[in-house]
Amino acid sequence: MDYTVIIGLEVHVQLQTRTKLFCGCSTKFNPDHPNTQTCPVCLGLPGALPVLNREAFHLGMKTGLAINCEIPAFTKWDRKQYYYPDLPKAYQISQYDLPMSQNGWLEIELDPETREKKKIGIIRAHLEEDAGKNSHDESGRGQDSKVDLNRCGTPLIEIVSEPDLRSAQEARTYLEELKLLLTYIDVSDCNMQEGSLRCDANVNLHVHQANGETVPTPIVEIKNLNSFRGVEQAIEYEVQRQWKHWQETGLSLKDVPKETRGWDADRGVTLEQRGKEDAADYRYFPDPDLAPVTVTDAERERVSQELCERPADRRARFEESYQLSVYDAAVIIDQGLAVADYFETVAESCGNGKQAANWVTQDVLRELNERGLDISKFPIQPDVLAALLQKVNAEEITIKSGRTVFQELLNYPEGVPGIEQIQNIIEDKGLALVSDTGELDSIVQAVVDKNEKAVADFQSGKQAALGALIGQVMREIKGADPKAVRELFIAKMS
Amino acid sequence: MSVSLSQDDVLKVASLSRLKLSEAEVNSLGQQMGSVLKYIAMLDELNTDAIEPMAHAIEISNVFREDELQTSLPREKALSNAPQTDGNYFLVPAIL
Amino acid sequence: MSITSATASELLAKMNSGEISSEEITSACLDEISRRDGSINAFLSVQQEAALEKAREVDRKRKAGKPLGKLAGLPVALKDNICSEGVTTTCASKMLEHFVPPYDAHIVEQLKAADAVLIGKTNLDEFAMGSSTENSAFKTTTNPWNTAYAAGGSSGGSAAAVSAGFAPLALGSDTGGSIRQPASFCGVVGLKPTYGRVSRYGLVAFASSLDQIGPFARDVTDAALILGTIAGKDRRDTTSLDAAVPEYTSTLEQPLKNLKVGYIELLHEEGLHAEVKEATLRALDVYKSLGAEMVPITLPHAKYCVATYYIIAPSEASSNLARYDGVHYGYRAPHFENMIDMYAASRGEAFGDEVKRRIMLGTYALSSGYYDAYYLKALKVRRLIRNDFEQAFQSVDIIATPVTPTPAFTIGELVDDPLAMYLADIFTTSANLSGIPGISIPAGMSKNNLPIGLQLLAPPLEEERLLRAARMFERETDWHLKRPV
Ligand SMILES: [Zn+2]
Repeated sequence: MDYTVIIGLEVHVQLQTRTKLFCGCSTKFNPDHPNTQTCPVCLGLPGALPVLNREAFHLGMKTGLAINCEIPAFTKWDRKQYYYPDLPKAYQISQYDLPMSQNGWLEIELDPETREKKKIGIIRAHLEEDAGKNSHDESGRGQDSKVDLNRCGTPLIEIVSEPDLRSAQEARTYLEELKLLLTYIDVSDCNMQEGSLRCDANVNLHVHQANGETVPTPIVEIKNLNSFRGVEQAIEYEVQRQWKHWQETGLSLKDVPKETRGWDADRGVTLEQRGKEDAADYRYFPDPDLAPVTVTDAERERVSQELCERPADRRARFEESYQLSVYDAAVIIDQGLAVADYFETVAESCGNGKQAANWVTQDVLRELNERGLDISKFPIQPDVLAALLQKVNAEEITIKSGRTVFQELLNYPEGVPGIEQIQNIIEDKGLALVSDTGELDSIVQAVVDKNEKAVADFQSGKQAALGALIGQVMREIKGADPKAVRELFIAKMS
Repeated sequence: MSVSLSQDDVLKVASLSRLKLSEAEVNSLGQQMGSVLKYIAMLDELNTDAIEPMAHAIEISNVFREDELQTSLPREKALSNAPQTDGNYFLVPAIL
Repeated sequence: MSITSATASELLAKMNSGEISSEEITSACLDEISRRDGSINAFLSVQQEAALEKAREVDRKRKAGKPLGKLAGLPVALKDNICSEGVTTTCASKMLEHFVPPYDAHIVEQLKAADAVLIGKTNLDEFAMGSSTENSAFKTTTNPWNTAYAAGGSSGGSAAAVSAGFAPLALGSDTGGSIRQPASFCGVVGLKPTYGRVSRYGLVAFASSLDQIGPFARDVTDAALILGTIAGKDRRDTTSLDAAVPEYTSTLEQPLKNLKVGYIELLHEEGLHAEVKEATLRALDVYKSLGAEMVPITLPHAKYCVATYYIIAPSEASSNLARYDGVHYGYRAPHFENMIDMYAASRGEAFGDEVKRRIMLGTYALSSGYYDAYYLKALKVRRLIRNDFEQAFQSVDIIATPVTPTPAFTIGELVDDPLAMYLADIFTTSANLSGIPGISIPAGMSKNNLPIGLQLLAPPLEEERLLRAARMFERETDWHLKRPV
């Protein structure tokens, strides 16, 4: 007997607006100053009324289109009613039966070796307002809980996948690809620490019995998944738990209602969340305070035009157009839109994609890491790096000198260095490649004269002696072309 | 439409409504709601299959505000009507 | 005519001519309130100091020849479900007994900008749910014509204040007749504008798709005057309409030519009080005498209005009132076992019977398994009701009906029979369900010396037509000149 794992994800993503979904309060993440970003509307004060943020709807459409959804011509707002202290109106403005986008998909790569891909269906993506934040007394002494409403009313898009995911790894890949896509199209920063991307997973098993029948186990919704690792670990744990539970009890989907469990990352377990009574009856109804939104073909088209190339497409194009390895293309794409743009500018202007990829994935990313910088703050502009690489390509300087110039550019004291600084540094440091045999000849001769022992060693067949001799010349003339020096030595000593 | 409300029905609705009711209230509400629901049942006479529901008194669509910051309330004002605060947060009895 | 029985326009003229100051008017109103509101109970709070201060400020501005707003120096009373910054706004509920809004409703801003003197907050049925103000948690407003009788509701305090001489103007809210019915009972003009004509921002919601703010006044001219200052698009209310606001007062005296007045044969149905019927027929005769054409109309779904209303309004109310849970504002029960119990105890203790009844009804109508049969069904019938009016207004300009089936009832008469109370909304709820404007104007007196109103209805955004038609009637009659003694 074995089983298939069935997973669907509900992902909540905070949209990158300045203000909340229905009021003009800031959406800034600001937990250190609780209850300073509220107004009558998001406090749910009597008499206050919501007005829809145009940009939030726009970003919602962008998201829907990026995940290949239909954007229906008519969408409306509904109240989802439940009581909780972080929800001051006691209802959340959301979308029920007519969401603003539906029936989409996202393609993920299952295996980087085989390049096998899979389309994950997306049932719907709808807009809704976030709740505030409750903090509970952790001491166990039953102290009061605290409520901060700064986050209350922040625009979210909830993306609900079909139960198409078949393993914890697949779920993680889907979530990573989704995050990458949403940051690429610039609708969200997807910062998981700050809760800009949150995930619930619906998990169950289809148990294949010896008699050929398949029995589904009860569906469990795992809440509170706020890291990629958490998603993967929680699902893995839950699969094992459900399998064990099935073997012990034989209970199926029919016997048990959907259960909600919370992921306890510290203990690495999912825990049953105390059943909230009436939780199932949200009494959705159309919000009379808000007007429906209609979308025309022209508007849909206009927003489609705003979408940049999707990361998966760009990854494929990088491999193809610049002959990048699968690994290099993925590293660059995964760094986000700005790094990919940086790379592409360098590659285009220096004319060598592989070389550009080497420099970007090694030198540039290393420096960004060490300096804790964002690419937008990186002192070497892509056209400057491209010019530097061109000099290396044209053998005007050695790769080693290239790295020296790179370091000098990084430490350029007066703002952002321009292309002309490359030449200045080369001249200052004497890095220009010297392959003029006339200039090199006398120095090589001097070294031969001074190093009788080494010359004898070489002549008796010890190739290693040559390296030491070349090194002496290189120390003398930094830009010396090692190839030319080597040839001179061989000519003189043979 | 069912028009009689049992005590259980009333208690279920009261729980959904977060209303703590006395026994007397449960009884009188059951009766009163029952008589109103009985009256309301007259709508059953109408065939409305082909009628679009009308959720708004006046049909309007696409009303937006621009994504522009408005001044928020200072914290003291936000908390000023709260039954219990610590000066920074709204306080409620332990949720968990 | 005394200060406290004069109309707003008369008072404005006297202030402009220097004959009287706003301070004198305001003081006269405050005196009348302190003398007689003990038996009328129109006000829940009176902002005496702030009102006098504003009156003096307006007087100074007037003296200095500075530009003044349209209502400069006129006392205006506000129903206590309209938020005013720094002034307790209770909704006549124990739940909000100490609630002080940190913001002004849109119309409060408009009134302040018009230099009105905000004199006090008036009594209502708790959260505007009721037709008698008997559901107020604090006091029952009595009818200034006879204090044994109800002032009507839910805006009973505002209607009584204007009738009793406490303020020349007042604002109320109308969800199913809550302006027109008390106006009719108290013998004043009450106008419910088109849904969306006046911003609801800052009006504590009862049923959001039905609620509309409107004025009480001593005559049609005053109603036109104040409507002009509060109407118009407000970007904070999605449902407020982006339509130009006409100068209602400038066209008021022009009679409507070839006016077609629709009337319903339903007048012959049982339950309609003979004196109300008589007053309505007499009013139709007045229009006939002015050359208007009388056109019988049918509103086939009119009889379903109350049933439809008592699904939609409680459903929305159950949601709108869910926020009162003792967490962020409002009453919190002193004793409870846990958080859920705190919610239920706070709400159970602080809401009155009628509010609980409607929350329960609405929750039931929206709950799983009943939504389609009740709420969705009601939304569909609502469209049928609205279609009836669209149809009718193709052949008539305005529709004339009674406001209520009876003149004012006595206090306590209907308090134990909620359904009977609901059924009295038969003539008023249709305007809210359809979103159309309606006005109640004084049109008769019962033999018990209680006022009887006439309701006129017009198509959406045709307040100008409604006011002109009302003014045509008013010029021919003197019901609006009568004052309680
Ligand atoms: Zn806000």
